[in-house]
Amino acid sequence: MSPAPAVQIMPPEKPVPMVSAPQQQPPLAPEPETPFKVEVQDLNVYFRANHAIRHVTLGVKPQTVLAVIGPSGCGKSTFIRALNRMHDLVPGARVEGRVFVDGEDLYARGIDPVLLRRRVGMVFQRPNPFPTMSIYENVAAGLTLNGIGGNHAEIVEHCLRQAALWDEVKDRLRHAGTSLSGGQQQRLCIARALAVEPEVLLMDEPASALDPIATAKIEELIHELKEKYTIVIVTHSMQQAARVSDNTAFFYLGELIEMGPTAQIFTNPRERRTEDYVTGKFG
Amino acid sequence: MNLHSSFTYRKVVDRGMALVCALFFALAFIPLLSVLWLVISKGAAGLSWSFFTQLPKPVGEVGGGVGNALLGTLFMVGLACLIGLPLGVGAGVFLAEKGDGTVGRSVRFMAEVLSGVPSIVVGIVAYALVVIPMGHFSAIAGGVALAILMIPTLARATEELVRVVPASLREASLALGVANWRTSIRVVIRTAMSGIVTACLLAVARAAGETAPLLFTALNNQYWNTDPRQPTASLTVAIFNYAISPYDDWHAKAWTAALVLLIVVGLLNIASRVLTRSRLKGAR
Ligand SMILES: Nc1ncnc2c1ncn2[C@@H]1O[C@H](COP(=O)(O)OP(=O)(O)OP(=O)(O)O)[C@@H](O)[C@H]1O
Ligand SMILES: [Mg+2]
Repeated sequence: MSPAPAVQIMPPEKPVPMVSAPQQQPPLAPEPETPFKVEVQDLNVYFRANHAIRHVTLGVKPQTVLAVIGPSGCGKSTFIRALNRMHDLVPGARVEGRVFVDGEDLYARGIDPVLLRRRVGMVFQRPNPFPTMSIYENVAAGLTLNGIGGNHAEIVEHCLRQAALWDEVKDRLRHAGTSLSGGQQQRLCIARALAVEPEVLLMDEPASALDPIATAKIEELIHELKEKYTIVIVTHSMQQAARVSDNTAFFYLGELIEMGPTAQIFTNPRERRTEDYVTGKFG
Repeated sequence: MNLHSSFTYRKVVDRGMALVCALFFALAFIPLLSVLWLVISKGAAGLSWSFFTQLPKPVGEVGGGVGNALLGTLFMVGLACLIGLPLGVGAGVFLAEKGDGTVGRSVRFMAEVLSGVPSIVVGIVAYALVVIPMGHFSAIAGGVALAILMIPTLARATEELVRVVPASLREASLALGVANWRTSIRVVIRTAMSGIVTACLLAVARAAGETAPLLFTALNNQYWNTDPRQPTASLTVAIFNYAISPYDDWHAKAWTAALVLLIVVGLLNIASRVLTRSRLKGAR
């Protein structure tokens, strides 16, 4: 049984204007025919008085990669955490607006965040392996904790290989997950997220502590995963965004300044601020 | 001041401070060591296998032991654990997970007040709650008194231990699609578990060392007893009785019984170390 979420769900501030619609009509149900895998409409996130995400609206098509870029503190993490209701737990956090996954509004009443999160996996900005579990148990955690059967050993090996960690840990799978280095823990958390096969994968700076070789492997993995999954990745590396993503969203001070095909954002942005950021003039 | 002299100065201060710390450490250790030394030096002589296994003998007769008191202590502490550990740990988990509402705040407030109540008061409460309705002293009354002593401190300790588990671990589990309650049990409480086990064993050790609440509840018994409805001997009450007696050989028995109690508490502490040792290699 889930407790009452700490997040209050409110309808968007301004109802969508409907031509000659009488006031007393109920608001339109969300349209299920959206071509987007993930769609965000007028998303606002507040931490008490801090309006951290401001009126963000965007969509991510299935089997594409969206890169989220922007200076530190602009709300990238806050944004992608809203996509699997991670703010439910944060005291003082409040989310307004709508987020659709396959046309289903995550923040609608009666939606079970647990079922949603099985479809939307997440790799956090800071590695967070379970300290009581071994490397093996960490990767298999999503399976064991959810009571999912199957050949765990095979899945664990496969996911560790995908996360480019297998060779380093194959001889010490029974060691503590926290005994790994920071970068190794980051890859361990990627493997853990892959093991439950989410449809949407949210990655918050998954390569921030990795050397160039491991980074290249993770980028390769993202290319591979794109065949099946929809991916949103936060990155501070313009090169990485350019290499892995189809679309790029530039955030600044909690606002979505510009979103478009990655090539266009990097070569021909519409906004001055985007251009300044991607060319390294600020940020 | 040039760089070199300031460096020497710092080294001197560093040494000086280290010395002061060592001195205070030694000072703090003296009472502890002297207790150990006194109990061991005065009690070790009477220690023998029969002291653990035999019933007490009347004054003047040689031999005899505190077997029934040792059993009684273990029995009543066991009863107290049956009642106190689930309630204490359960209340602590509740406070940590859902304790921000009115109910949680009042439970926490009561636990705080209760943990400051002297143990003799708890003894009187158990007397009124259990002994008077039953009509006589009993092990169950002793167990209830010890449990009442355990619950508030255990609840507060458990709450703190569960609260310091990083939120990022809960998030990691929830992001895998694990239900809230399962995340609480399998990830959050699991992570706090080694601390909770230590807190439990400390509570048990403290209960084993209580005398006052047992005086009104379990009283004493000269014979073996495993009937929870009967009065029961305990090590602490035995120490008390031997120590206030006018006989020298009973005084010696008080020291030896005290040593037995120390051994029991020491074993509990070792058990907590063993139980909470991580089974993982390279765990930090
Ligand atoms: N749990 C929280 N409680 C209060 N304020 C928060 C919390 N998390 C984030 N914020 C605030 O929200 C804003 C956006 O933070 P966020 O972590 O999303 O930035 P970011 O873009 O991910 O930065 P970085 O690149 O450094 O990771 C900041 O002003 C931050 O102070
Ligand atoms: Mg961030």
